[in-house]
Amino acid sequence: MLHEVLTQGFVFPNEIEVLWSLMIVLYPYITGLVAGAFIVSSLYHVFGKDELKPVAKFSLVAAFSFLLFACTPLLFHLGHPERAFNIMFTPHFTSAMSGFGYIYSFYLLVVLLEIWFVFRPDIMARAKSSTGPMKALYWVLALGSMDDSEEALHIDHKITSVLAAIGIPSACTLHGYVGFLFGSLKSNPWWSTPLMPVIFLMSAIVSGIAILIVSYYIVMIVKKQPVDNPCLQSMYKFLWGFFIIDLTLEFLNELSGAYAQSQSWPVISWLIEENLHFSYTILQMGICSIIPLVVLGFVALKPMSDMLRNRLGLICSALILVQVLAMRWNVVVGGQLFSKSMRGLTSYMPTFLGREGILVAVILFSMPFVVMYVFNLILPLFENKGEEAQG
Amino acid sequence: MLGGGLMAAVVQVPARGAQASSGGRTHLYGYVVDTHKCIGCGKCVEACRHENHVPENYYRTWIERYTIYADGNVAVDSTHGGEKGADALEKKGQIDRSFFVPKLCNHCKEPNCVQVCPVGATYVSRQGVVLVDEKHCVGCGYCIQACPYGARFINPETHVADKCTWCYHRVLKGLKPACVTVCPVGARQFGKVDDPNDPVGKLIKEARLQVLKPEMGNQPMVFYNGLDKEVR
Repeated sequence: MLHEVLTQGFVFPNEIEVLWSLMIVLYPYITGLVAGAFIVSSLYHVFGKDELKPVAKFSLVAAFSFLLFACTPLLFHLGHPERAFNIMFTPHFTSAMSGFGYIYSFYLLVVLLEIWFVFRPDIMARAKSSTGPMKALYWVLALGSMDDSEEALHIDHKITSVLAAIGIPSACTLHGYVGFLFGSLKSNPWWSTPLMPVIFLMSAIVSGIAILIVSYYIVMIVKKQPVDNPCLQSMYKFLWGFFIIDLTLEFLNELSGAYAQSQSWPVISWLIEENLHFSYTILQMGICSIIPLVVLGFVALKPMSDMLRNRLGLICSALILVQVLAMRWNVVVGGQLFSKSMRGLTSYMPTFLGREGILVAVILFSMPFVVMYVFNLILPLFENKGEEAQG
Repeated sequence: MLGGGLMAAVVQVPARGAQASSGGRTHLYGYVVDTHKCIGCGKCVEACRHENHVPENYYRTWIERYTIYADGNVAVDSTHGGEKGADALEKKGQIDRSFFVPKLCNHCKEPNCVQVCPVGATYVSRQGVVLVDEKHCVGCGYCIQACPYGARFINPETHVADKCTWCYHRVLKGLKPACVTVCPVGARQFGKVDDPNDPVGKLIKEARLQVLKPEMGNQPMVFYNGLDKEVR
């Protein structure tokens, strides 16, 4: 296996094989989607962006579904997944990684509670209207609380706002923290930059909004319902705004490296020109950045037909999803493609099958959508067409 | 010169002292590599593999060969970690100098790998040796990413982090690490740092030795004599 790896220059013998694989690319990608989806949900619940109401519940459940699977790639990667809980039972607090279990658990609890309060009216309504086993299910989901008085619902709303407000810094912490895992490693000049947590956070928000746009669009097509144009238009604007910040930070990160010309820059520039030419230069900083940056500007600012706006918005969102995936790949894999000898490059190509292969990655990435589908069978992710959809 | 050293010591000692007392550990041992002596025979790599059952294609220690050409080009190679000796040198011009550099875990005083281990599976022993508890390690590989020297790997048989232990099992019995014992030219030396009667302690105190990547701040306990500026 090792002999098949292509290397150039001198690579330390233990660094020929790339250790953090496709699974570790997927982990920050899914975690990022959580943060972004939650931010959209909070824009409605905390910041009163009423135009986002059509996706408010969906975004919250999307955040929850991605969160459920955020750690699964790690389990497929760990040498001893059965010892995974050591990170919570015997945490070593000098490690940036040791806090992950706690931050993750806290955030999962906040999101779960918020979902319960947001969906409580739906749960109670369905508990009353359904029969048989389904009625029992809704009674269990209601946790025995069937008070749907105006006063109770008002308290629910207040609690939801508080939870959402707690959730925003939690979401930012969760993903900024994932960036910190990389940014804090001084041994790796491609990772070790104070900008890394902020870049991760911004790209997380961007990818979360983008996946909501794409998913919402597809769901509406499948449901044969018209999309809510003001809602989409609002999301395009937020997407564009956050994307500008994200790209600026990514560009500044590279610029400062190139300008400083530190000892590691020759190998970093070699890496960018050689092994990351397609995924970084062409995808991340090229096609998937420039097109959405320009086109979303038009979509957000220029008057045009709803159909054209939505088509362009959809294409840009899809490109941004690829951009962020490429960014995760370039950070995680790219950071291991050059040796700490600073004199050589190695290579990595994920296998299709196998524990850390492409097939497992696709299955893991599909699972949150399965959760959303099942959730929607039990509780409505979208309001009824007649009430909310305006397009 | 001495004054400068003292100044540095005055600045650094309180921090180190605090660390040592809080961790309750001392850095008893040091390792000295003399690059002028190494002939690149690979006996040390071979001995390490046998002594510690190191899997094929992974290395707890290895030997790098540096060839510096007159035009400034630098070629580095380490075929099979230098275990079978160096290949015949392919000359690509006028050579200024060529030499071998054995590498291993630096058993740093301030090891990154220990700092980043999320479960405390990698730790510094009371004698200052950096070790891995293979029954506790989750195999996340964070320590491997954190090591600036490429000294760690995931063992394909145990699925946990693996690295040089300075043959801890031998050291506890008063023996030297296997690599030191088999070196035919004395290029690798191991001993007690603070013992003035120990040749290694004397060397570390008196010779002008260097460490790898001092800018990382890890304070390695493997010292090099004759370390070329091209070595990283």
